[in-house]
Amino acid sequence: MAAPLPLTLPLARADLPRRPSTPLTVMMRRIVTLFVVHGILIAGAVVILMPFLWMLITSIKSPAEIFAASFSLWPKHFNAVENYTFALNQVPLLRFAINGVIICATLLVVQVLVAVPCAYALAKLRFPGRSTLFALVLLGLCIPIQVPALPLYMGLANFGLLNTYFAIMMPFFLSVFAIFLFRQFFKGYPDEIIYAARLDGMSEFEIVWFIVVPSAWPAIAAFSVFSFIAHWNDLYWPLIVITDTKLATPPLGMMFFADAETGTNYGALTAAATVLTAPLVIAFLIARRHFIDAITMTGIK
Amino acid sequence: MIMASAAINAGPMPAPRRNRQRLIESVAGCGFSLPAFLLLLLIYIVPLLVLGYLSFTNYELGALDTRFLGFANFRKALSDPVFRRSLGNTFAYVAIVLPGAVGLGLLIAVLLHRRKRSRSFYEVIYFLPVTSTLIAMATVFQFMLHPSIGPINGVLKALGFSAIPFLSEPAYVLPTLAAIGIWHLVGFNMVLFLAGLSAIPRDLYEAAEIDGCQGGLDRFMTITWPLLGPTTMFVIVTTSITAFKVFDTVAVMTRGGPMGHSEVLLYAIYLEGYQYFHMGYASALTLIFLAFVLIISVVQTLVIERRVHY
Repeated sequence: MAAPLPLTLPLARADLPRRPSTPLTVMMRRIVTLFVVHGILIAGAVVILMPFLWMLITSIKSPAEIFAASFSLWPKHFNAVENYTFALNQVPLLRFAINGVIICATLLVVQVLVAVPCAYALAKLRFPGRSTLFALVLLGLCIPIQVPALPLYMGLANFGLLNTYFAIMMPFFLSVFAIFLFRQFFKGYPDEIIYAARLDGMSEFEIVWFIVVPSAWPAIAAFSVFSFIAHWNDLYWPLIVITDTKLATPPLGMMFFADAETGTNYGALTAAATVLTAPLVIAFLIARRHFIDAITMTGIK
Repeated sequence: MIMASAAINAGPMPAPRRNRQRLIESVAGCGFSLPAFLLLLLIYIVPLLVLGYLSFTNYELGALDTRFLGFANFRKALSDPVFRRSLGNTFAYVAIVLPGAVGLGLLIAVLLHRRKRSRSFYEVIYFLPVTSTLIAMATVFQFMLHPSIGPINGVLKALGFSAIPFLSEPAYVLPTLAAIGIWHLVGFNMVLFLAGLSAIPRDLYEAAEIDGCQGGLDRFMTITWPLLGPTTMFVIVTTSITAFKVFDTVAVMTRGGPMGHSEVLLYAIYLEGYQYFHMGYASALTLIFLAFVLIISVVQTLVIERRVHY
């Protein structure tokens, strides 16, 4: 697709009079370009970082300073201990974070255990109903959680399962996206190795988990990042099925806290926001290449 | 193992073994996909059927008698001013977020692509909002936008302007929420564009330079933009779907206010279904929501099929 392009470029341009380019003007132009480029990038970066910066600063300010008519960037009196202890005592913030870890980790394990064999079957095995199943997977990719949410909610309510970890996780046990992603990855796995393994007497089960999966590590890592970000930050579904504060996920906990405080104690609110945002942000800063590669590979939210 | 694979390549399998292999594959294939299939049934197919049925009834949670209404719920939706307003607001929100998040994502990616030392530094900063919890950040934004104690209005007042009630003035509330949406999405789009940019062969640019292609804009229009086409298409589709599903910032910051000026589709469905428990009507609204998502998604699936390139 790319190869013929240079030939189609307007060759006539070469005849146009070129601007005189002495070493000095070249250097000048390069410096100006550098200046403009970094100017735009830094301005954008400041806008992006401002909320984070303001969150951190407010979380260590005293109420008097927060409500002062004149505003200052750096606090005169540090109120960090009071704000954070108030937030931690008022609502079980650490509990929210632990809930987030439990839910995300359990979901990830179940999603991979369900999706890997199915993806392998779709990629490498001939069985009745394969194309129908794949069509259903593609259809599932287009259906956001908000669509089946209402019947699922009624079903869970009917069985008295609202306000449980199970209710938060249940709609996400199946990740059609994981099936889709792994299938694409497995399709590229060489058939010869699978044939050889079969001749060596390995069962299909062993082939999946001991031969194919270890080679699919990049896809699984990418999916893990994607799944963690998605479920740590999800609000819609937990908001529907959870009313018990003890079971709240990080975003839901934040919402409960904001409601309880009715938006007045900004020091404590930003302290809570800091505590609940920190785990993912720190994980991202540690493994940033993995995060960015994962988004590049999955490409879908 | 190598010898065995050589044996496979040497000649076709004998018939009985081939039949046996067929059987094994059928059994294994069905077995492997059974858990996924059952969950697909439980999470997608059955709920969709129930949703379709409910949308024709006046079912309410805990109601004793339920009547079949035909298309009455859909007719009601079309003439319901609240629903129509939420649909209009959602489209207005998408209309702001889409060009903003795609255009800025592209701009930053193009500027970053040639940077060597500073690239990862900027990448981390711009990507930060994607990993952050939007609900928590929404609370921070609410404070930042506060008319009397927020720093943004503080700066405006210091510069001699009057304070802007970003979240309580009907004309400003959607653009403000959209700006937060752009803030949240731009790094994500940037990463996708950077991947697209690095797939463009370097020598194309050198060839273009020899052919008289001068300056950044010229280079961009003749090479980058046409070759980035599939990536741009993909980014446009994912951004529209994400923007169409806006809910979090509305639920935390405005709750549809002031006077319904930030009421969006998912928030309207949430209120009907889980606050007022009008299950039948909420089902009809959900199906309308699904219809819009499917229209965008059909395009998306076509694009993904072409795009997978790792």
